[in-house]
Amino acid sequence: MFESKTITWFRACRDNDLPSNGGACVRFGNEQIALFYFTRRNEWYATQNECPHRKQMALSRGMIGSAGSEPKVACPFHKKTFSLITGECLSGDECSIKTYPVKVDNGYVYIGIENE
Amino acid sequence: MKLVVIGNGMVGFKFCEKLVTADHNQKFQITVFGEESRPAYDRVHLSEYFAGKSAKALSLSDADWYDSNNIELHLGESIRSIDASAKTITSHRGIMTCYDYLVLATGSAAFIPSIPGIEKQGVFIYRTIEDLELITAWAKKSRTAAVIGGGLLGLEAAKAMLDLGINQTHIIEFAPGLMPKQIDDQGSALLQSKLEQLGFVIHTSKNTAEISGDGRITGLRFSDDSVIHVDMLVISAGIKPRDELAKTAGIATGPRRGIVVNEKLQTSDPAIFAIGECALHNGMIYGLAAPGYEMADVLVRNLLHQESASGISQNQEAEFTGFDMSTKLKLIGVDVASFGDPFAAGESVKTIRLQDTVRGVYKRINLSADGKQLIGGILVGDAEQYNMLLQTYKNKLVLPDDPSALILGTRSGPESAEAGLACLPDDALICSCESISKSDICGAVSELGCESVEAIKKCTKAGTGCGGCVPMIKDMMLHTMKANGRYVRNMICEHFACSRQELFDLVKIHSLKTFDEVLDALGKGDGCEICKPVVSSILASLWNEMILKKSNSTAQDSNDRFLANIQKGGTYSVVPRIPGGEITPDKLIVIGQIAKQYNLYTKITGGQRIDMFGAHLNDLPLIWSQLIAAGFESGHAYGKALRTVKSCVGSTWCRFGLHDSVSYAIRIEERYRGLRAPHKIKSAVSGCIRECAEAQSKDFGIIATEKGWNLYVCGNGGSKPQHALLLATDLDSETCIRYIDRFLMFYIRTADPLARTATWLNKMEGGIDYLRNVVVNDSLGMAEIWEKEMQLLVDSYACEWKEAIENPEIRKRFSHFINAPEEKDPTVHFENLRDQKKARDWK
Repeated sequence: MFESKTITWFRACRDNDLPSNGGACVRFGNEQIALFYFTRRNEWYATQNECPHRKQMALSRGMIGSAGSEPKVACPFHKKTFSLITGECLSGDECSIKTYPVKVDNGYVYIGIENE
Repeated sequence: MKLVVIGNGMVGFKFCEKLVTADHNQKFQITVFGEESRPAYDRVHLSEYFAGKSAKALSLSDADWYDSNNIELHLGESIRSIDASAKTITSHRGIMTCYDYLVLATGSAAFIPSIPGIEKQGVFIYRTIEDLELITAWAKKSRTAAVIGGGLLGLEAAKAMLDLGINQTHIIEFAPGLMPKQIDDQGSALLQSKLEQLGFVIHTSKNTAEISGDGRITGLRFSDDSVIHVDMLVISAGIKPRDELAKTAGIATGPRRGIVVNEKLQTSDPAIFAIGECALHNGMIYGLAAPGYEMADVLVRNLLHQESASGISQNQEAEFTGFDMSTKLKLIGVDVASFGDPFAAGESVKTIRLQDTVRGVYKRINLSADGKQLIGGILVGDAEQYNMLLQTYKNKLVLPDDPSALILGTRSGPESAEAGLACLPDDALICSCESISKSDICGAVSELGCESVEAIKKCTKAGTGCGGCVPMIKDMMLHTMKANGRYVRNMICEHFACSRQELFDLVKIHSLKTFDEVLDALGKGDGCEICKPVVSSILASLWNEMILKKSNSTAQDSNDRFLANIQKGGTYSVVPRIPGGEITPDKLIVIGQIAKQYNLYTKITGGQRIDMFGAHLNDLPLIWSQLIAAGFESGHAYGKALRTVKSCVGSTWCRFGLHDSVSYAIRIEERYRGLRAPHKIKSAVSGCIRECAEAQSKDFGIIATEKGWNLYVCGNGGSKPQHALLLATDLDSETCIRYIDRFLMFYIRTADPLARTATWLNKMEGGIDYLRNVVVNDSLGMAEIWEKEMQLLVDSYACEWKEAIENPEIRKRFSHFINAPEEKDPTVHFENLRDQKKARDWK
């Protein structure tokens, strides 16, 4: 049996709103989502904005980059790095972050929210 | 098998940790009783609690560690009795538990001398976090304090008094000198003078006769009838092992306390063991963490050996045969170390002493009569050689022909350190907290491919305790990699296989202007948080273009990206430039008005500037518009750039001043403002040799002489302070600036990422003599080029903030939400403190 989850696509911003190879914070209700445009790879990612290490709303202001082929973001506070694909912490900590699907359609960027 | 541990201190915890790690078949079901309300915490770093470290940060494990390892933990639960024949224990609340094995890790209590008046209010002991909380509360209404005990623990407590803001602290020691168990009279005398410089009042050979005061302490009277007046007293005069529980259960204890154990840590009852500070082994109580950890390790191995049914066990039986009590610590900023037999004397011992009252250093090494073996020694004021000396002593290495070389010269070349490492035997213990030997570390490098200190820490746990051995681990790792024929290349990161210096030259030759251009031409992959700031810094040092232009903004470190320093809670701090620390009343008023308008916390910085904290990202452009309108410009406090040129008031007002140090500091600061470098750069100008601007602690510092200026370079404060060295004397103002131009360009060009000038110089072959040759005698023939390059940077300076607020593209990045640009981050919260605000603590 499969559990089916539907995804609601939330329109976050225009595709040229984001700085290239960087992130910005998107408000979704009371939540904060970090959205990244990885221009070099032409890829979009979204994660929670809060860094789980010290609970700071800061990931969207972090530097993005890659470790091997894995795209990652580094928190500006203590440089903990997280995979933008799995959300797993790459600097050896147990914590991880939530990631969201992203799609671009007709000049707009949409973040996918799973329905409960 | 049911195993009960009484005591949840550092050693009790370490025992549990080692047991659950090694007990693969989960033979042991562990129950722990702790008397304190908190799970085990780091008592060694207790004084950091006063320096602001939270109780949580001191904790040795996460809250759920015990649960997830199936350990039953009872806190706030002391044990009333042990029934050794029935193998049960009973807690004071009446919990009865039976055991197969019982481990006593009851630790020690503070030794309290019997002085009349000891019960008075304001008298404390220094042992647990609860004690610290009581001390903290009382210290708020106290101005003076006394500490009884001039040993290790006493000086820790004295440090705590300093951190709590007590104006004057007396240290009282019964013996003729401080730390009598670790260092000799000369060492004590030096330590004493260093502590006196810090404002402590030290009384040695003093016996406290009475604590005076009516219900509440007002002072102390000594046996020689002298008196001092103090508002509080902290007793930290040693420990006494907690053996009372064992004693009433009929277990053998020593005449002067301590639970007697054999080399298997077994007490007189074969099912009961004792480890840590409560255990009396061979007439000795070990009051340090490392020997306690060793005991825990021995006991774990023996228990597992005993329980392995077949007798064929991976766990060999082990014995505790005593422990070397060598110690190194930093007391109130003063390094103190002793190892082996520090006091060895007599005909069969030769001693080398080095006493340098200028630098405040005392070193002593004791050698065998033939001068070939190290027996012990003492280091006060500079303990950099401690690890090497300890290893030499422990492994009985044959000494060089001139053993004084072991303690001379702090800036010894890297070659000698490496030669020393190669001589160490494989079983040399490098990390004594975790018992990790040289061969463990080399094995981790050679066989498991660990090529960073972090990887070695993860893999072996070496360096995770007190951390004192980390520099040695790093050297050991590099040495092993080299020995294995691995070409140790100084690479920036996986994306750039070259050093910063090589990259600098390549970027210049190819005239590359953006991070993407550099990465495409010279690197691979997508960059990361290590190489992006390095490349951005190189681009800024070379071309001095506004750092947020040309898509370079996201290649900046976060502080540079928003031209402000990110602080706890995600708000920013703002530091306008105040050259030389000189400011008009009108400008002061503007800062006050802005701080009020945007509700900012204000503080004077160490560099004679004013820092405004707690600014929302959205407010930064508004704040800067007002600052710029009032004539301020960016202070670059966020950048690896020139920060501040501090000055004393100089000859315009000061009756000692030789030259106008303020005007010269302003000239220097305005010349190099905005200059980006591998790390931050600080400077200062003093108007006379009294050196009120502390120029000798700066990357470059200038001190007025009768004939001109003396130029000092490569000093810094921070975690490893280093005095600047004299580069040139009696310079006129123009020559001094030319030398600084050359010095800075040489540094910017050749230093590794994030290396301050002091570190850069320490690694430079030939040291200060070489540097002087390059800068003063122009031995590389670069002087003219560097002066021209610097002049280009000076001429192209522009205030970044002015450009940022005038450029709409850049300005729009200063909002928290991309889809709600007017809204500020709603999760930002502040708390009140002394009529201002502060950031909410980390969760």
